[in-house]
Amino acid sequence: MQFKVNGTVHEADVEEDMPLLWVLRDVIGLKGTKYGCGVAACGACTVMVNGEAVRSCQTLAGDLAGAEITTIEGLGTPGTLHAIQAAWVEHQVAQCGYCQSGQMMQAASLLAVTPKPTDAEIDEAMEGNLCRCGTYPRIRAAIHAAAASIQQAG
Amino acid sequence: MGKFGKIARRTFLIGSAAIAGGVAFGYFKYKSPVANPLLGDLKPGQAALTPYVLIDGTGVTLITPRMDMGQGVYSLQAMLIAEELDIGLDQVRVDPGMPSPAYYNTALSHEAVPFDPRDTSMMAETMRGVADAAMKFMGMQMTGGSTTTPDGYEKLRIAGAVARETLKAAAAKRTGVAVADLKTEGGAVVLPDGTRLDYTTLAPDAAGVEPVTEVTLREPEAWRLIGKDVRRIDIVAKSTGTQVYSIDLEPEGVVHAAVRLNPRRSGAPASFDASAAEAMRGVEKVLPVTGGLAVLADNTWRAFQAADAITVEWPAAAYPAEMQGHWDLLSAGFTKDNVDATPREAGDVAAALVRAGEAVVNAEYRAPYLAHAPMEPLAMTVLVGEGRADVWAAAQAPRFAQANVAKVLGLPVEAVHVHVQMAGGSFGHRLEDDAIRVAAEIANQVKGRPVKLTLKREEDMATDYPRQIAMARAEGAVADGKVVAFDLGIAMPSVIASQMGRQGMNIPGPDSQITAGAGDQPFAIPDYRVTGFRVPGLAPVSSWRSVGASTNGFFHDSFLDELIHAAGADPLTERIRLMDDPEGVKVLETVGEMCGWGASLPKGTGRGIGFCRSFGVPVAEVIEVRQTEAGIRIEKIWIAAGVGRVIDPQNFANLVAGGAIFGLSHAMSSEITYADGMVEQPNFDAYEGMRMPQAPVVEVKAVEGLGRVRGIGEPPVPPAAAALANAIFAATGQRIRELPLSKSVDFA
Repeated sequence: MQFKVNGTVHEADVEEDMPLLWVLRDVIGLKGTKYGCGVAACGACTVMVNGEAVRSCQTLAGDLAGAEITTIEGLGTPGTLHAIQAAWVEHQVAQCGYCQSGQMMQAASLLAVTPKPTDAEIDEAMEGNLCRCGTYPRIRAAIHAAAASIQQAG
Repeated sequence: MGKFGKIARRTFLIGSAAIAGGVAFGYFKYKSPVANPLLGDLKPGQAALTPYVLIDGTGVTLITPRMDMGQGVYSLQAMLIAEELDIGLDQVRVDPGMPSPAYYNTALSHEAVPFDPRDTSMMAETMRGVADAAMKFMGMQMTGGSTTTPDGYEKLRIAGAVARETLKAAAAKRTGVAVADLKTEGGAVVLPDGTRLDYTTLAPDAAGVEPVTEVTLREPEAWRLIGKDVRRIDIVAKSTGTQVYSIDLEPEGVVHAAVRLNPRRSGAPASFDASAAEAMRGVEKVLPVTGGLAVLADNTWRAFQAADAITVEWPAAAYPAEMQGHWDLLSAGFTKDNVDATPREAGDVAAALVRAGEAVVNAEYRAPYLAHAPMEPLAMTVLVGEGRADVWAAAQAPRFAQANVAKVLGLPVEAVHVHVQMAGGSFGHRLEDDAIRVAAEIANQVKGRPVKLTLKREEDMATDYPRQIAMARAEGAVADGKVVAFDLGIAMPSVIASQMGRQGMNIPGPDSQITAGAGDQPFAIPDYRVTGFRVPGLAPVSSWRSVGASTNGFFHDSFLDELIHAAGADPLTERIRLMDDPEGVKVLETVGEMCGWGASLPKGTGRGIGFCRSFGVPVAEVIEVRQTEAGIRIEKIWIAAGVGRVIDPQNFANLVAGGAIFGLSHAMSSEITYADGMVEQPNFDAYEGMRMPQAPVVEVKAVEGLGRVRGIGEPPVPPAAAALANAIFAATGQRIRELPLSKSVDFA
């Protein structure tokens, strides 16, 4: 099976029903996408498939033929931060940081469709992403900041 | 500043300032010098100046022995060292180091004795000295009890200062320039002519000079880092998915493991059938482990799938199979025989309640078991070789893990190397090391190959030792618009006995956690009693963020609020009037100013106060809620906390806000229940908590200068549930006495 992740095609011999999460982590070796629950209840594994946020723990390998998959590693790197990541750094959002890859991918998907989200739109988009450290207020602030900086760069 | 010259001796010879009561717990061993754990692993060209600083030709490494589980303590510990070492945080590496008895946690033992941590009386100090000795004897390197900051505040700065002065001595020796004419800046010793000698190049020389231990710590006015907003050293990695956690480690040749462990904690399976699992793709084998079975496979998912395919029957649990049995035990637990301690006994409560007669106010409160459930489930890697084992795990008590793995493998303790990892949350979960022991058992059956054990979320939830369940009964009286009598009994299992029992330790005496957050509150009520009842027979439990205070803060402050309303007094004013501690008063006044207490609010909106002093930190929280068609909405929370001094302001505010949200999240809707002896909430869809739409606006303020330096990881949690219940009462008139509150109201 072939997987196009962050622009690179990877070959992997896996079951049709293996979740994308584990293809990414254990087969391709991209560890930025996190395992939290395995049942689409926490959002830690969120990636983008064709630009849309999905829970990779419930996205099956067999359904991804020809799909463009973007993970946190494809969003930006420590040397070249994406606007969302820059806002996350600026607002020092993370505490344990484990859920934040998923939070940022969900936020990226939101801003792609809704460049200037209201609080209500942020609530709706981010509701599926659990944070146990309680960083929600800063996630909200960072999304607003990222939206502003993307528009300014626009 | 002369006294700081003595501090170095006190800290590094460890104990010359401790009160020499000297009887119990092997005081002689306490007095013996502790080997520097870093000297053993030193390579040629390296010089270890103190156990906290390592310098070689490639750079400066700061050793931060307290684990980071999101509270930002790698940064904080590095700041404290770097402040005195005169080096930038961008110029150092930070390493949690190997577990060692030299990193014993002094501040934690202060919390282990049954004294108010602010009590500096002779008796309290003496007991702390004995507890220090015990802590040292056990070699307790532990992250917990919000102790990293108080433990490290002097110790780490001294480490930095000792390193700095020794480097200067080395530079003086090399150049012939007097030490007094040398300066340090940006990781270098600077000569009068401006020549810079990098610490890295001085390291070999520094190894050859006697360490300078008579040091003077800088005055706060001179600080470059402490008290300033400093970018957390892990923030870029955590904003780019590049932070490596235990679950991300994958050494060459790794074999993946999953487990099915006894969800009733009743030993080995009664029967099982692993034939289907063994036949699955990628599965290497199924192995027996203590209390269950393990699967080895070629990736995590295949290991999970195979573990799920094992059919297994478990013996019955030793605790009640159903919740009613747990509540019945608590309800019947308020007996004379179960009295663990009465830490508060002022006046004559019994007489006061008789005087009050019919006017006595009664209440009964309940708080459920809760899961730790950090976002990163337990995961660790173990490699067993010939005469040596390596463990990579986010362990809060690595010395325990080390000793337990050594026992499992039949190796000497020093043959086990624990590499502490960054944790994806913990909340106390990683104080336990059952899973590490199991991983070692697996690795011992495939020697020479690294085994990575990942707990499936469902497995993590099923085998978590939860927060204690608890019940409280209260009676009180009011007179002339004042609270005059307060009698609170709290029944719960002993967390410390349960947890330390799993480490083979029997801690004598009362468990201070049974009444923590209630029996130690700084109020002066004329007739005032708090009694703890230790109830046996309940499910095994563990330390959960703020431990005893997580339940008791709710009980104590909810009942105080009930009495204040019964007296017709103002909730803020009456708490201030009753407060017996200047720092507590200031905290209450501050939170009142922050929220504009007393302002008139629209109908259906209400504000509640919650107060609790835990781990020495008084915290007051005001919550504003609004009734909506969809239920109660938490609009805003104002928090004031007394911490002596704030080391890292941004991280402080974030940790306080997060702690309050953590408390609210569980107060709203979380509980762990048992059915058929097993946890009924296997995953986050059943173990609910706060999500983004419910997150309130949070405002935080520190009250500084009125107490010792304190940690802030736990103290914001205990007042949250009480503040929320009190706010709901203010908005709706409904008094809720059972957590989670969602049993009684809906949340929007």
